[in-house]
Amino acid sequence: MNVVVCVKQIPDPADPGELDPESKTLKRDVKLILDESDSYGVEMALQLVDSAGGGDVTLVSMAPNNEVSGLRTALAMGAAGAVLVSDEALAGSDSLSTAKVLAKAIGRTEADLIITATESSDGYTGTVPAQIAELLGLPSVTFAKEINISGSTVAVKRQTETGYLEVECPMPCVVSVTAGVVEPRYPSFKGIMAAKSKPVDEVTCADLGIETDAVGWSGARQEIIGIDRAEEREAGEIIEDEGEAHERIISFLEELKVL
Amino acid sequence: MGLGKIWVYGEAEDGTVATITLEMLAKAREIADTVEVVYGGGDADAIAAELGEHGASAVHATGDLGGKLSGVAVASAIAASVAAGTGPDAVLLGTTYEGRDVAGRLSVKVDAPVITNVVDLDLDGDRLVGTEPVFGGTTNVRTVFTSDKTAIFLIRPKSFTAEPAGGGAATVSTLEVPDMGAAGAATIIDRFVEESDGPKLDEAAVVVSGGRGLGEAEKYEMIETLSKLLNGAAGASRAIVDAGWVPYSYQVGQTGKVVKPAVYIAAGISGATQHLVGMKGSNNIIAINKDPEAPIFGVADLGVIGDVHKVLPKLIEAIKAR
Repeated sequence: MNVVVCVKQIPDPADPGELDPESKTLKRDVKLILDESDSYGVEMALQLVDSAGGGDVTLVSMAPNNEVSGLRTALAMGAAGAVLVSDEALAGSDSLSTAKVLAKAIGRTEADLIITATESSDGYTGTVPAQIAELLGLPSVTFAKEINISGSTVAVKRQTETGYLEVECPMPCVVSVTAGVVEPRYPSFKGIMAAKSKPVDEVTCADLGIETDAVGWSGARQEIIGIDRAEEREAGEIIEDEGEAHERIISFLEELKVL
Repeated sequence: MGLGKIWVYGEAEDGTVATITLEMLAKAREIADTVEVVYGGGDADAIAAELGEHGASAVHATGDLGGKLSGVAVASAIAASVAAGTGPDAVLLGTTYEGRDVAGRLSVKVDAPVITNVVDLDLDGDRLVGTEPVFGGTTNVRTVFTSDKTAIFLIRPKSFTAEPAGGGAATVSTLEVPDMGAAGAATIIDRFVEESDGPKLDEAAVVVSGGRGLGEAEKYEMIETLSKLLNGAAGASRAIVDAGWVPYSYQVGQTGKVVKPAVYIAAGISGATQHLVGMKGSNNIIAINKDPEAPIFGVADLGVIGDVHKVLPKLIEAIKAR
């Protein structure tokens, strides 16, 4: 069974970055890392391929430059190879353009199952999984907390507001997985060394037959017309616990009539 | 004035309309002449009165979906209306499990982008402007569509206040779901409700959340105990959801739930921007963290610099003793 995992390389969330006032995109002059949200999909894919008894996990990603440092992390975990769509024209892509590019790149693989995170940690639109599925004409099950495969069918436990749904879906299909559902492995030293020589198929928009004016800035059909500082919340009373802090919390809760 | 027709994606459980749907209706009736609901399900009659009272004049319902997922079905139905020229100018959907599916599928079908994470909507002439917080809510950006396609907005819960407008019941009509082909092949086999005895996380008046500072998964029990004692709900930072201590449904933050309780207690949470954006609209915030530099103290009304393993047990005992 072959699984494609869509992954995103993002600036370190510990350093949230800022918008370039000129281009109104995220300044991306920092080193990119694998979005931690994607490590769950990579781990899930590796486990599924393992229990299916064969097949490969292939990564699909896009970037405006030929950034691969985040991909190497996922390759070191055990993915066999990657397709990286790398093109300057992709800068400023909205989620629909992103999905179009990823769907084309997935089309170059022979995937039985396409796994994504539920949303990226930096853009967090949460719409890309359903968009990819629609572009590929495939069924999708989003917000999976468990995936089991039997034959050519996936059984997914899908998170809901009040519990979960048990959903069955024929492959090929798109499944988005929530964070924390599996424990992503740490790349071993051997894995890190092996990752350096794993194939990363770098392709451009032209290679995929995508018009460059349909993606990135020129393809975005939404525009930021204003950037404002949000109202800030003031810090209040700060106390140091010397064994009695719980009493202050109780009196505060009493003032608020919670107690 | 303004916009012709808005469709609000309606969600309901057991005949009760979801709060997010009512919140969107309150906003939609401010900015559009015609406000209608699009609904994926067979029980539209049961919710027509409530939807009407909140300003919807009609409910376009798919009828029973026979186990099909509503995301692809509702998106197909809306897209068919758009193609037939009977669709809306704009569709508002909640940032929910189903809402995101409908929005994503619909965006491809009508070839229009989605403006996501919207916390405010207003009219600039005859175009809709969405406001979205970025960088942990320190900055707001205002975004418009530049094409004349159907405008799709994903709205964050708790952005608007649900309020009845006193209208009569909405008329119910059938919205045909066209053949979905392979895309509609997923089928719901069973539904499970996970019992929780307290109030829902995004509706509770008190929320107690735990983070990495708890040290280990077992210590999350203190959060659950305290939230029960205060008749509240238990939440979590992304860090401990990622670590698998609690399920995704507990997560408060940018990629989780937005909460605005009367009191929010953050225990062992440093306050990454990811978390702050989901809770800093709370009326009162109490933070307990041993790091005096933790960003959570910047938004706390009462900040306790201390060890959660010492403060929480004493707090729990003291409340129990009352």
